[in-house]
Amino acid sequence: MAYLEMKQITKVFPGVVANDNINFSVEKGEIHALLGENGAGKTTLMNILYGLYRQTSGEIWINDKKVAITSPKEAIDLGIGMVHQHFMLIPALTIIENVVLGMKENKQILDLKRAASDVCAEAAKYDMTIDPFMETWKLSVGQQQRLEIIKALYRGVKLLILDEPTAVLTPQEVSVFFTMVRKLSEEGHTVIFITHKLPEVMQLCGRCTVLRHGKLETTVNINDVKNKQELARLMVGKDVEFSVQKTPAVPGEEVLSIKNLNARNNKGLPALKNVSFDVHAGEILGVAGVDGNGQSELVECLTGLRKIDSGVIRIMGVEIPKLAARTILEQGVSHIPEDRHRRGMLKDMSVKENLILMNYFKEPYSTKGFLNWKWISGYAQELCKEFNVKTPSIEEKADKLSGGNQQKFIVGRELERKPKLLIAMHPDRGLDIGATKYIQSRIVAARDSGSAVLLVSTELDEIMELSDRIIVMYEGGIIGLIDDPQVTREYIGLLMAGTRPQDSLEWMSPCP
Amino acid sequence: MESKTTRSKVLSSLSTASFPVLAVIAALVIGAVLIFILGLDWRLAYKSLLQGSLGTKKAIAESLVKTTPLYFTGLSFAIAKRCGLINLGAEGQVYMGGLFAAFIGLSFAGLPRYIHLPLTVMMGFIGGGLLGLITGVLKVRFGASELITGIMFNYIAIKLVSFFVTGPLKEPGDLDQTAIMEVSAQIPRIIENTRLHAGLIIALLCLVFFYIFLWKTTSGYEMRVVGMNRGAAEYSGISISKNVLLAMALAGGFAGLAGCCEVIGVQFRLFQDFSPQYGYEGLPVALLGNSHPVGILLSGLLFGVLKSGSNTMKMLAQVPVAVIQIIQALVIIFVAGREIYNLTKLLRRNKQLEKAGGMNGN
Ligand SMILES: Nc1ncnc2c1ncn2[C@@H]1O[C@H](COP(=O)(O)OP(=O)(O)OP(=O)(O)O)[C@@H](O)[C@H]1O
Ligand SMILES: [Mg+2]
Repeated sequence: MAYLEMKQITKVFPGVVANDNINFSVEKGEIHALLGENGAGKTTLMNILYGLYRQTSGEIWINDKKVAITSPKEAIDLGIGMVHQHFMLIPALTIIENVVLGMKENKQILDLKRAASDVCAEAAKYDMTIDPFMETWKLSVGQQQRLEIIKALYRGVKLLILDEPTAVLTPQEVSVFFTMVRKLSEEGHTVIFITHKLPEVMQLCGRCTVLRHGKLETTVNINDVKNKQELARLMVGKDVEFSVQKTPAVPGEEVLSIKNLNARNNKGLPALKNVSFDVHAGEILGVAGVDGNGQSELVECLTGLRKIDSGVIRIMGVEIPKLAARTILEQGVSHIPEDRHRRGMLKDMSVKENLILMNYFKEPYSTKGFLNWKWISGYAQELCKEFNVKTPSIEEKADKLSGGNQQKFIVGRELERKPKLLIAMHPDRGLDIGATKYIQSRIVAARDSGSAVLLVSTELDEIMELSDRIIVMYEGGIIGLIDDPQVTREYIGLLMAGTRPQDSLEWMSPCP
Repeated sequence: MESKTTRSKVLSSLSTASFPVLAVIAALVIGAVLIFILGLDWRLAYKSLLQGSLGTKKAIAESLVKTTPLYFTGLSFAIAKRCGLINLGAEGQVYMGGLFAAFIGLSFAGLPRYIHLPLTVMMGFIGGGLLGLITGVLKVRFGASELITGIMFNYIAIKLVSFFVTGPLKEPGDLDQTAIMEVSAQIPRIIENTRLHAGLIIALLCLVFFYIFLWKTTSGYEMRVVGMNRGAAEYSGISISKNVLLAMALAGGFAGLAGCCEVIGVQFRLFQDFSPQYGYEGLPVALLGNSHPVGILLSGLLFGVLKSGSNTMKMLAQVPVAVIQIIQALVIIFVAGREIYNLTKLLRRNKQLEKAGGMNGN
């Protein structure tokens, strides 16, 4: 007898069958992975379970009782909690205020003190020490995520749905997060875990369910799965190439040069300290580092979105700080932004309208100030095909696409501009393995055709696989520059943590 | 694929259209209940409302006269909204439009109509547009909220008109009003023996312009991008300031046309308080019409009809005009309530995004 059973769930959106007759069951206390390509219907299925969508047909059973879940409130009453990729915390409130927010046990007068001690006790169970009266915006992304989980637990949630929880976490945060999830499961909580990172599934989960094109593919025991290749085959239906083919770089002229760059962050504190480096045509420079060590500010300075305090930035030999964002882009710069919802896309515009964001003022996108919608439609159709963007039509509001498919059209739009300098920040965030490999190979192809690429990522594997040279950022400065392909993961990991080995030469040579 | 596309398009536009229709129906039903509670016959009331607004040729014409300024001020609010702004200064812009039109309409006697009339209309647009532009400049230059400055400018503009019609432009006599506009500056009537004037055609042209501008031109696309997501506008190098200025100037211009058409199309004079709050009435028109040209076309007509039928309703069914005002207010509350709900949801999400740096949209 399964703890949760979803029987023959079907969900139809206009033009899309997102879930097609899916049977999904979870045992008490297990960590169950939910896998599938972008747009396979994972988020939709979980939104149904959490009461955000209503299924077109099908039944949900919990503990052998049929239930009707029409709102998240009811889901929580049934012991089901969900942590979305977009955290639902209110930054200006304190931690404890966020936790008790909207609870039906709240009295006319809030007893925050008592709630605080309860929450602290709850958190302590998972080796988390929190200051309940701290404002939430001061927390790191990983801490916010754990707070979301604590918040759910405090509501008595027994089944926790985590939608791509590790996409925004750094490797260190991931391991803390894993410890917490394991502990939850030991205590009898059930966890449903959506991810695109197969090694995480192999490490953490007991069973996994694979969706493909909205249908149930299979449910397997992870012990019966030999390796991630096999998992990938289940997801995609054919063998998946894991490594990207890449020849040694042939660097050309200097495209981007930065000298002694200083800038401040949103709180007015120094974020970049005397940063200097350069990127050449035909090479990929990887920027490694734990999130929040100045990478975002660096990219914003380069794209005209942040004022610099001092220093010189040259793109193709032209000094840019005095230029507006548009002029910089017109120098041949493409920018895949860090946060696709904040900058990269317009949620209420159609896919088609989103795809012209960078070029709408140029021929043949428009003539004499009038948009050529007919041409644009053809172009959008092509681009969606080329980058495998799954959408019922190019008229669909971008908001309605699955997370990964939104990312695909943004990356597609930027790569299509044939940039001289490509600034890519987490280009494959939220993409499935197939799409990740495709985008990575396109980035390498861009390099081979002479683009200079600045690749910023918190994922060391991605950086090491793609980059020709690597710089490591720590507390706003560059702590190491590595152009030896033999350098080890551990060495870079040390640099990311801020330890600069005394005798760096010895460290860097492959055979001391 | 094609059929799916059109079907989903039709479905989604139906679902966006259904809410305003429901809001209107709900308001009318509550209105009926109210009339019933007053001990009156609601069926007679609504019948006479329709009679008074659409029953005769003359009634229809009068409804359209009431509708015309609502189109202009509805557009005024809508274009600002599309750029992410709230133009509460439309009332002042209406007055400025009327004042500027009066300057030209009272002078240049003997000019042929085909020069004098367009010139006057243009000045009406410019009068309102200038005030809108100033509001925009204050926002861009000093970060002053267009909401507050807009309301303050309303007082200034209304007093300015008072000054001119009691002073420099005052016609000899007891009344505080200007002389009659030159005939060559008057908008011709389009149906004889009614007050329906060609200003309606100008309003319809503005609706068409609004549509073409926003959805067919690059400038309109920019404006919508700025209105939807400023982060994305910055990212793609679109100037927010430029678009705020343009949107406010156009918003002011549309409102100015409302005042201008009142002065040279209906009253033929400028006097104190000549606008019965047209500027504010544009807000519900745009809200109910979802800032979309077709929506505004319909909602403007609805509000025009309600306004022009209310007198007949009072006469024939003894229902106080206040009931109509209540019905109008209910429509606004329903629509605005949802709007505010959506807005707070959006704001909250944006804030979370900013702080959390969250990514994937699921
Ligand atoms: N609110 C909605 N309206 C219309 N279509 C939707 C909506 N939500 C999802 N869809 C469609 O349903 C399909 C499944 O989307 P879903 O978000 O469940 O995918 P996913 O498996 O979570 O993908 P990803 O890995 O990219 O997040 C997609 O094709 C998407 O376009
Ligand atoms: Mg998803």
